Amino acid sequence: MDYSIVILALPFLMFLTLALAGNKMSQKFAGLLGTTGLLVITILSYMVTFQYFGMPRVEGVREALMPYNFEWLSFTDKLTINLGILLDPISVMMLVVITTVSLMVHIYSMGYMHGEKGFQRYYAFLSLFTFSMLGLVVATNIFQMYIFWELVGVSSYLLIGFYYTKPAAVSASKKAFIVTRFADLGFLIGILLLSFYTETFSFDQLTAEGGFFLTSTSGATFMGCSVASWAMALIFMGGAGKSAMFPLHIWLPDAMEGPTPVSALIHAATMVVAGVYLVARLFPVYLSVPDVLELITWVGAITALYAAIVACVQSDIKRVLAFSTISQIAFMMVALGVCTSMIPGEGGLGYMASMFHLFTHAMFKALLFLGAGAVIHAVHSNEMSDMGGLRKYLPITHITFLIACLAIAGIPPFSGFFSKDEILAAAFNKSTFWGVWMTVVAAITAFYMFRLYFGIFWGKEAKHEHTPHESPATMTVPLIILAVVTCVAGFIPFGEFVTSNGTAYHIHIDPVVATTSVVCAVVAILLATWLFAKPNTKPEKMQAALPKLHKWAYNRFYMDNVYQYITHKIIFARISKPIAWFDRHIIDATMDMFATVTNVAADKIKGFQSGKLQSYVWVYIVGAMVIAVAAMLIFI
Amino acid sequence: MNYAEFLGMGAEMTLMVVIILLFIYDTFAPSKCGKYLPITAITLLGIQTLYLAFGNFADVSLFGGMYISGSAEQVAKIILNIGTILVFIQAASWVKDGDMQIRRGEYYVLTLITLLGMYFMMSAQNFLLFFLGLETASLPMTALVAIEKYKQNSYEAAAKYLFFAVFSSALMLLGMSYIYGVTGTLYYNGILSNITASPLTILAVVLFIAGMGFKLSLVPFHLWTADVYQGAPTVVTSYLSVISKGAAAYAFMMVLKDAFGTADLVWLTVMYAIIILTITVGNLFAIRQQNIKRFLAFSSISQAGYIMLGIMACNAHGATSLLYYVLVYIFSNIAAFAVAGAIERASGKLNISDYDGLYKTNPKLSVAMMLAMFSLAGIPPFAGFFSKFFIFYSAIETGTTGMYILVFIALLNTIISLYYYLLVVKAMFLKDSEAPIATIKSDGYTKAVVFITVAGIILLGLVSWVYDYIYGMVI
Repeated sequence: MDYSIVILALPFLMFLTLALAGNKMSQKFAGLLGTTGLLVITILSYMVTFQYFGMPRVEGVREALMPYNFEWLSFTDKLTINLGILLDPISVMMLVVITTVSLMVHIYSMGYMHGEKGFQRYYAFLSLFTFSMLGLVVATNIFQMYIFWELVGVSSYLLIGFYYTKPAAVSASKKAFIVTRFADLGFLIGILLLSFYTETFSFDQLTAEGGFFLTSTSGATFMGCSVASWAMALIFMGGAGKSAMFPLHIWLPDAMEGPTPVSALIHAATMVVAGVYLVARLFPVYLSVPDVLELITWVGAITALYAAIVACVQSDIKRVLAFSTISQIAFMMVALGVCTSMIPGEGGLGYMASMFHLFTHAMFKALLFLGAGAVIHAVHSNEMSDMGGLRKYLPITHITFLIACLAIAGIPPFSGFFSKDEILAAAFNKSTFWGVWMTVVAAITAFYMFRLYFGIFWGKEAKHEHTPHESPATMTVPLIILAVVTCVAGFIPFGEFVTSNGTAYHIHIDPVVATTSVVCAVVAILLATWLFAKPNTKPEKMQAALPKLHKWAYNRFYMDNVYQYITHKIIFARISKPIAWFDRHIIDATMDMFATVTNVAADKIKGFQSGKLQSYVWVYIVGAMVIAVAAMLIFI
Repeated sequence: MNYAEFLGMGAEMTLMVVIILLFIYDTFAPSKCGKYLPITAITLLGIQTLYLAFGNFADVSLFGGMYISGSAEQVAKIILNIGTILVFIQAASWVKDGDMQIRRGEYYVLTLITLLGMYFMMSAQNFLLFFLGLETASLPMTALVAIEKYKQNSYEAAAKYLFFAVFSSALMLLGMSYIYGVTGTLYYNGILSNITASPLTILAVVLFIAGMGFKLSLVPFHLWTADVYQGAPTVVTSYLSVISKGAAAYAFMMVLKDAFGTADLVWLTVMYAIIILTITVGNLFAIRQQNIKRFLAFSSISQAGYIMLGIMACNAHGATSLLYYVLVYIFSNIAAFAVAGAIERASGKLNISDYDGLYKTNPKLSVAMMLAMFSLAGIPPFAGFFSKFFIFYSAIETGTTGMYILVFIALLNTIISLYYYLLVVKAMFLKDSEAPIATIKSDGYTKAVVFITVAGIILLGLVSWVYDYIYGMVI
């Protein structure tokens, strides 16, 4: 599969072309160029997928291929940074997800961003993002992953701040960058710790069977935990930052300031699942440190519940979707966290479930965001109060949005049901506690999604300046395609392709789990219908009954204020200010002193340069004699 | 005497041929062909440089060991030739001006004769030949400084230069005669095996250092520098500040190593003090200068101090970094002088304050000047950074505490130098002027020299094999 290099090279080439020559092109040409390029990449990715999954299994296991892997930098004899392409079930699956969603977003943006200033720049950044994300998933070693990890961070920063004249967008992009960079600090320390003990960056060596990782770090401990646990927990911190896990989630809701298609691509389908992908990539290593796996489960479970509750009361539709994304990614994290072995039948089910949910979620969440974009496009507002009753004006958007809502709520036969059911089954496998917890979260999910759905398409109609109208075909076609995928994706025999140890696993629906979750979801939907389908006063009454909870949830449990307090009151006031004082009064003053001394000295000695030859010779001869006498005194 | 041995001196003989050809051309060519003299000189010297670079030379030792030429001398001569060619390109438009026209033949021939003297200086293994080379380089230089003889500055500078040259030569000869008296020989290798640290030898070594200190303008033997640099024509100043200094630095290193190598403790100590003095005093004076040529004079004094760091290491890395520093310095300093010269010819202005707002009217010249300043100050990624890095590294490599302190002082001084180099940049880019220098239309030669030197400033650092090439030749 030598042509797989083209999948990486082409988007980078597109980026260079659009970035350097974009201003000389017309908007239409730039958009078409970017989209055509991506179409080629998508086709190539599908070819890779068919070819890869068409290969026979070796001893019942899907083999990892490495068409390219060259040494780029060498630190020591053993430790080198390589750049290459790794094809294994999850990276191939990610190729499909990224290129599909990216292609949809490229097409959709031609309509959505039509006539925007900086249209060419937008497409250039999209290409840069696609390149970085593809490079991330096919990385052969953790350092290559880290490089592309930062590149997606940069592209995300550039795209969130696309409307750079809008102060909110600028601060949101900064927030996203700083928070994820902070998490990546942990990631980097984790990588260095890991490579220090194992003397390798390469994934195939790290995840090799036989506990290579554990034996090389055995014995070393730090603050009561083994170094292995520390390294893996720090690496997870990087993943938690990128995947917006509590408490590092604060950047994602603000990131919605970017153009909506960008939110669909980066902040719903691809980049934010990089953290899940990272844990899945190092899955055998994480299995060998159960305490970190426990941590992942807790972080995921708390995030899922927290984000679901907050999503129930938000009024900005993109923020509802953002919190829903956080909650759904947390589902995937929990699914990985509850695993206990590599064998998919006994304790390794969560791995498959997590990847399956990643796949289906990418499709229906992209659909939701693109649908939300169509709504925003029609009413020019993000607020639910400006919407309502839109089903008459936006029929295609309405139907596709409903399909996505049903999918995320876990109603059969839509894709979300199948993947979520596997996650719940995996959680129940581990313990009833986690099973019940996640089922409750799933019910809340159904509730807030239908609150959103009714709020937009039913309920009281808001006044519009002009009658909302359906979007152009460039926007509706991607919606339809994604809706079709959402309808059928659940029937993909996912266990045939992706499992924890590469063997085939036949998905079977656990009737008890499935029934419970569907009943819970239906009840939640009915509750939402009762509350929001028709204009009434019940929501206000509920709000009045639980004023504290509503206020806290609406303000996202004041997490942003906590950060504000920590950064401003503690870090800026107690740490930064003294350092700034030291810098200004000690370091700068020392430099000023040097300058003053130099100037004074320069002034004092200028008399030597009198222009008189006699005095020059005098200095010359005296200088020579002084040196000679001094040398004689020293050496004789 | 075996006259065939003359043929072994490939570099000197070919340069002599170039000089004679130019002399014949200047004397006998019809007067309308005079304007082709610059290009002829550049071409001939270019051919000779190519011959040096790619010709097949064996290591030779001639006239009973009085003259040697190996790959190290070869590469040093090539570097000097590159510098001379750059100066010739820079000079091409100047020699067309006014009454310089009738003297342009002299300019080229005299310059090449000084170059010939430097060749001998560098290849000498005997103090007699060394001294002959030194004088061959110094006396025509006086004539060059005085070449604009109707300008008072020019001949005042020439008088000072001549007087200082004679004075320092006399002292150096005195030192050499002491050496001869003590060791009974003038051959370097004879001196090397006979020298002992007696008071007379120490005095002789110091006198020798003083003599070379004049050529290199090391403190406290530097006082002539600013006056002469300011008074001499800019093209001559730029030759004086880079080529003459580079040749002297290499020859100085050879003498200290080959003749006084066994008494290295003495001259290492003396040079240690002189380097600190040179770098610091040069910098302190440079801060106060208003005239760009005086400013560059003091900057060149402090740069000479850095070059001398290469001598302290006493090994192949030291010699390589010295040559590399000279090469980079040639490009950086000629770029600065080329811009200063172009502005001087167009507007007659020489003060740094006249450069205010230059960027608005002459952006290309300003950028070239800025890059030259950055390179001289040692800002990465320009060549000057790498040359400073290598020369500091070679000194650090000796591993002694004293060397660490020396390099630390040198580093502190780079901060001071950054300040005054940036003053020039600030004037050009940040300051506004009511009457900035008008836009200058440079001729092709000026453009060429600025372009080549800027390319050198950018590329010499990034193209890493240059250092390795020199190292391979020196070792």
